[in-house]
Amino acid sequence: MISGQFDAVIPMLCVTLAGLVVLLAEAFRGRDERMPIGGLAVIGLLGAGVASYFLWDSNAESFGAVTADNFGLFINFVLVIVGLLTVVISSQTIERDRLPAGEYYAMMLFAIVGMMLMGQATDLLVIFLALETMSIAVYVLTGIRRDQQQSSEAAFKYFLLGAFASSFFLYGIAFLYGVTGTTNIERLSTAIAAQSMSGNPMIMLGTGLLIIGFAFKIAAVPFHMWSPDAYEGAPSVVTGFMSTGVKAAAIAAFVRVFLKGLDPMIADWAPIIWWIAAATMIVGTVVGVAQTSLKRMLAYSSIAHGGYLLAGLVAGNDVGKAAILFYLAAYALTNLGAFGVISLLGSRERANDDLRDYAGLWHTHPGLAMLMTFFLLSLGGFPPTAGFIAKWYVFSAAVGSGYYGLAIIGVLSSVVSVFFYLRIVVMMYMTDRDARPIPAPIPAIAMAALIVSMLGVLYLGVLPTRVIELAQQSISTIF
Amino acid sequence: MPGLLTLAITLPIIGSLLLLVIPNRDGSKDSLVRWVALGASLVTFAVTLVLWAGYDPANPAFQFVERAAWIPQFGIDYYVGIDGLSLMLLVLTGFLTPIALLSGWVSVEKKVKEYSIFMLLLEASMIGVFCALDVFLFYVFWDFVLIPMYFLIGIWGYDQRIYAAIKFILYTMAGSVLMLVAIIGLSWMHQQMTGEYSFDLLKLYDMQIPAANQYWLFLAFTIAFIIKVPLFPFHTWLPDAHVQAPTGGSVILAGVMLKMGGYGLIRFAFPLFPDAAMSFAPLLATLSVIAIVYGALVAMVQPDMKKLVAYSSVSHMGFVVLGIAAMNVQGVQGASYQMLAHGVSTGALFCIVGMLSDRRHTRQIAEFGGLKSVMPRLTAAMLIITLSSIGLPGMNGFIGEFLIMLGGFKWDPRFVVIAALGVILSAVYMLWMFQRVFYGKVTNDHNIGLPDLSLREWAIVGPLAAAAIAMGVFPNAFLKPMEPAVTRIVERVEPHRPQESIRADAVLPPSVRPKPKPPVPIPVRREVTRISEVQR
Repeated sequence: MISGQFDAVIPMLCVTLAGLVVLLAEAFRGRDERMPIGGLAVIGLLGAGVASYFLWDSNAESFGAVTADNFGLFINFVLVIVGLLTVVISSQTIERDRLPAGEYYAMMLFAIVGMMLMGQATDLLVIFLALETMSIAVYVLTGIRRDQQQSSEAAFKYFLLGAFASSFFLYGIAFLYGVTGTTNIERLSTAIAAQSMSGNPMIMLGTGLLIIGFAFKIAAVPFHMWSPDAYEGAPSVVTGFMSTGVKAAAIAAFVRVFLKGLDPMIADWAPIIWWIAAATMIVGTVVGVAQTSLKRMLAYSSIAHGGYLLAGLVAGNDVGKAAILFYLAAYALTNLGAFGVISLLGSRERANDDLRDYAGLWHTHPGLAMLMTFFLLSLGGFPPTAGFIAKWYVFSAAVGSGYYGLAIIGVLSSVVSVFFYLRIVVMMYMTDRDARPIPAPIPAIAMAALIVSMLGVLYLGVLPTRVIELAQQSISTIF
Repeated sequence: MPGLLTLAITLPIIGSLLLLVIPNRDGSKDSLVRWVALGASLVTFAVTLVLWAGYDPANPAFQFVERAAWIPQFGIDYYVGIDGLSLMLLVLTGFLTPIALLSGWVSVEKKVKEYSIFMLLLEASMIGVFCALDVFLFYVFWDFVLIPMYFLIGIWGYDQRIYAAIKFILYTMAGSVLMLVAIIGLSWMHQQMTGEYSFDLLKLYDMQIPAANQYWLFLAFTIAFIIKVPLFPFHTWLPDAHVQAPTGGSVILAGVMLKMGGYGLIRFAFPLFPDAAMSFAPLLATLSVIAIVYGALVAMVQPDMKKLVAYSSVSHMGFVVLGIAAMNVQGVQGASYQMLAHGVSTGALFCIVGMLSDRRHTRQIAEFGGLKSVMPRLTAAMLIITLSSIGLPGMNGFIGEFLIMLGGFKWDPRFVVIAALGVILSAVYMLWMFQRVFYGKVTNDHNIGLPDLSLREWAIVGPLAAAAIAMGVFPNAFLKPMEPAVTRIVERVEPHRPQESIRADAVLPPSVRPKPKPPVPIPVRREVTRISEVQR
């Protein structure tokens, strides 16, 4: 590995380069020429994965604002997996909905660059830049179906509210800078600890504004209003990408800022996040019960999962930090799989995401029904899937810090969530199919991607040791 | 070379994987799938019998222990082993699964492959529940059991199957998740006390948990278990699930799954939290007495045979909890025995009701009558099973209820007086049903010319009836292996009984009150022999 000050950004460079090449390829493509643009994206993502692998344990730093510590690299791995699965599953959507492949993949890759930077940045301003890079690309992806009103509406809503949240975030950074004179996370922590600023109103205000910014990005209650609309309007596979990638990146930055930078005043912010986590779990599951659209249902389920992740953040102990990483990996595979199934069953005219569309799916698409069931069981936290180990891990962290109440709210809300996951299973297995057109055949490669993520979910559920070990290594270097 | 227990857990899983690659053809001719599934379950049964043969009843420790690190970071192991109690429940599971598969041989027509896969997965996870010695592993199996059962009820059940399946899974899961929090809490306590995480049951036994914490943890565990049992007032999921489930599902549900609750109480809730357990025992006993009488009364007025059997389960399982709450050797042995007996009798009852419903597609008592003249063999089988369920001396039901009442009487006679009503009522509702269905003239023309037992049905009722009689005549064969296990658990828990319950001394001021005596070693074996002597 060449050593230099660029080391820490190599994964991002790989993805950026791939994004630029994709854009060029699209520009020089003949009108009807077909190009394997997705392949370019895959190469870039694999490059990022390999680079992250070689950077493991190196703790490389670039520009004093980006670090390649194991925590960030773990997030990189998750993002690479999210990216690869999304690219493979997207191929069918792009062809079916006649999306501009070049723009689509380029935006996706740029979003991933932003996400990676969020996980690796050690400076509040860089985190903000990363947040914007990611968000703008994701706004575009949300509205990429320009011929659909719903898609544009979703993108517009997302953009307006997102811009608001970003400004809150920036305002928060300004307050923290005003008091401590730094935006570097490490120095922030020392400054707060040294002057024992816990309880200082300016700091509290800044912290609160940061919480709003992050809570918006991970769709935590009460800043979750945008997400069901955006999730429903976006193409299904993009929804899967948003709900896993954006969440992973935002949580990563959230953890780094709060458990490293603002750790000295954990007693001040933990109660706030406790309430947000509890409300997020409850609202996400309870409102999810009332949904009849699968995408909205899973949107609320994603909200609830954000709440479980926040429970790990509230716990604030080592178990919690590692649990968050493990949870992100498990959740990414599972949720992307579920949205992948929805995406494959969609058609150009409509997303086919109504509960009724799934009636009797078992008889027409036994394989997809089985995969979907598997992902739903994992989302519901049943053994032997990744979702179970992840939930156990997070609640274990909460209990370890004495937050029994939060753990109990968590497990009970997961029972409620099982109710609506099972509604889908009931539709697929226990209801007869009415005369609805059966969607086009499923491309083998997308199916293969779903099977891979199913195997991943099973692996994390049955033999989680290796990944737990990685997660523990990831947090040991920085916190 | 994996040990026998791992083999018992994995054999059904291997069977179900094998089924995955066998092509599925719908229809009752789909015999390859059925035979493979039956074969896998029979081999598993054979393994449980080998375990029984190789089990050393004199050795009180856990046997056939296997241990491998699973998630070493948190001290979670793949740790299995059995004592006599688990052994008997394993044999019961192995015995009932082939019977359940046979009972669906004709009536399950659609998606036979998936049906068989779920049955085998169910068997594997139930075996796992009964031999897990790592609490985390136990919970994994415990929770997984719900999934195949949910599908069995929801896909192959009767009209209201979806409602019943969802109610079943939500109800039981709501109880289980609180247990998960309690399990996590336990491991953290262990970490704080000893510096290392552990989910090892034997290590957790040795932990001195402050009484205040015990209450919450005990409640969390116990609610999970008594929902499963199910104890009044948590029983409402059971009639729905039983009535809507396909016959095979009902057999497993009543025969094995309810026992998971009783097993959990004996293995986990009571010995882990003895102080809390002993102070909650009177409450549990009260609830179980209510369950016994209430279940019997409700069973009496059911027009639907399957529902009648379901409510009779509530009543019979009430006895199990009463025996456990008494927490003396007779009580707990009786409870364990009653679980086995109930598994056999109720499994058989569901099978026979299933046979009637296969023939007539109804389970209403009023639709039948005078079947004795039409189906004399089935009637004879039903009579044996009815008597065993009532608890006729010489049959399996008697031993369990007798021991429970004996143990209960030693502890607090008031409970037993009311519980005895349940014994009488069970004779009322079972015999009354028998009379209305089988005796008299054939009143309904549809019943004329119904075929008697087929060869397959002989293969179902034969072993069940034989087991019911054998368990009644040779109770020691079943009680003896359980004895050391039960004694050990009772010796752990009994000394924690609050002093107030020593009623004779309660009037004395604490200063002069005699110290509670150490548990008297009770000569169990002699007691038991006496019962069999009584029968002779």
